[in-house]
Amino acid sequence: MFTAQIKITLRPSILDPKGKASGEALSHLGYDAIKNVRIGKFIQLSIDAASKEEAYRLAKEACEKLLANEVMEDFTIDIEAR
Amino acid sequence: MPRFSILVFPGSNCDHDAYHAAKHVMGAEANFIWHKNTDLKSPDVVIVPGGFSYGDYLRCGAIARFSPVMKSVVDFANKGGLVIGICNGFQILLESGLLPGAMLHNEHLKFACKNVYLRTESTNSPFTNELSRGQVIQVPIAHGEGNYVTDADGLKSLEDNDQIMFRYCEADGSVTAASNPNGAISNIAGICNKERNVMGMMPHPERAMESILGSTDGRLVFASILTALGHPTEA
Repeated sequence: MFTAQIKITLRPSILDPKGKASGEALSHLGYDAIKNVRIGKFIQLSIDAASKEEAYRLAKEACEKLLANEVMEDFTIDIEAR
Repeated sequence: MPRFSILVFPGSNCDHDAYHAAKHVMGAEANFIWHKNTDLKSPDVVIVPGGFSYGDYLRCGAIARFSPVMKSVVDFANKGGLVIGICNGFQILLESGLLPGAMLHNEHLKFACKNVYLRTESTNSPFTNELSRGQVIQVPIAHGEGNYVTDADGLKSLEDNDQIMFRYCEADGSVTAASNPNGAISNIAGICNKERNVMGMMPHPERAMESILGSTDGRLVFASILTALGHPTEA
C-alpha cells in the first residue's frame, strides 16, 4: 500500500480571493513579515499498487481526470510506502 | 413543439424553474432527466440547470460532469444538439470541457444574489438571436463561484470567435468594474462554444420569465432557442 499526498493550488497567475482575504486579515493582526497567502487543497489517497511508480501514475491520472482542474490549478504528488 | 430535456442532479435546485419556463411559459414540451439515466428522451435542447450538484464538493460541477447523463449530453452536443447551462449548469459545462475556461470564487468571497444588467454581446447564436447587439436585459444572479477565468489566449480566442454572449453592465449598457458582481474576467457573464450550439451563463433567464417575478427579459433567451428550432414565438 502507498499513500499519496496531493497538494492542489491555484496557478500563480490566478487571483486567490480566499488567500488574499486571509493575507489582509494577517496584516491587520500585525504580521507584516507575511507577504503573501495562497490557499489550496490537501488530498490523501490510499493506493493499492505494486510499486511506487504505479501508485504515482494512478494518483497523477486521478488529479488530471478529477481532483484538479488544470485550467486554474497546479498539483504536486508525494508518494510514501505504508 | 420543441422538446426540452432538463437534467436533475442531486442538489439541483433550478430544475423546476427551467421546467416551468420551458413548459408553462413558453409552451414547449419538457422532461426531467435524472442524472443516472443515459436516455435524454430525444430532446431538441438540453438544459443543465442551476443548483449545487453533489454539494459542489471538490469544485463546482466537477463531480456532476462524470454523471452517466453527462456522457449522453456530450454526445448530443458533439452532434450539434443545443445545450444551455445556467449557473451551476455553466460550471458543469466548463468542467466537462464543452466550454472553455474555469470558475473561481467570487472576488469578494460573498454569495451574490441580486438582479443584474447584461449587455448582449453577440446575437449570432441559437440562444441570443431574438436579442439585438448591445441590448441590455435584466436577469437575476445567485452564485458564490461565478468569477469566470481564462488565460490571455483564451480570452482572445473568445473575442476573436465572437463567443462572448453577455457581459455584466450598468443599466445604460456601459461595462464597468462596479457592475461586475463577481470579478469575472472582462465582465463575462455568458459564453458559447466555437460551434455555437452550447452556451453557459451565470445569470438565470429561467427566473426572469414573468412580470410578477420582476422581469420578463429571460424569455428572450428561451424565445431565441425556439426561433432557432423553427418555432418563433412572441417573446
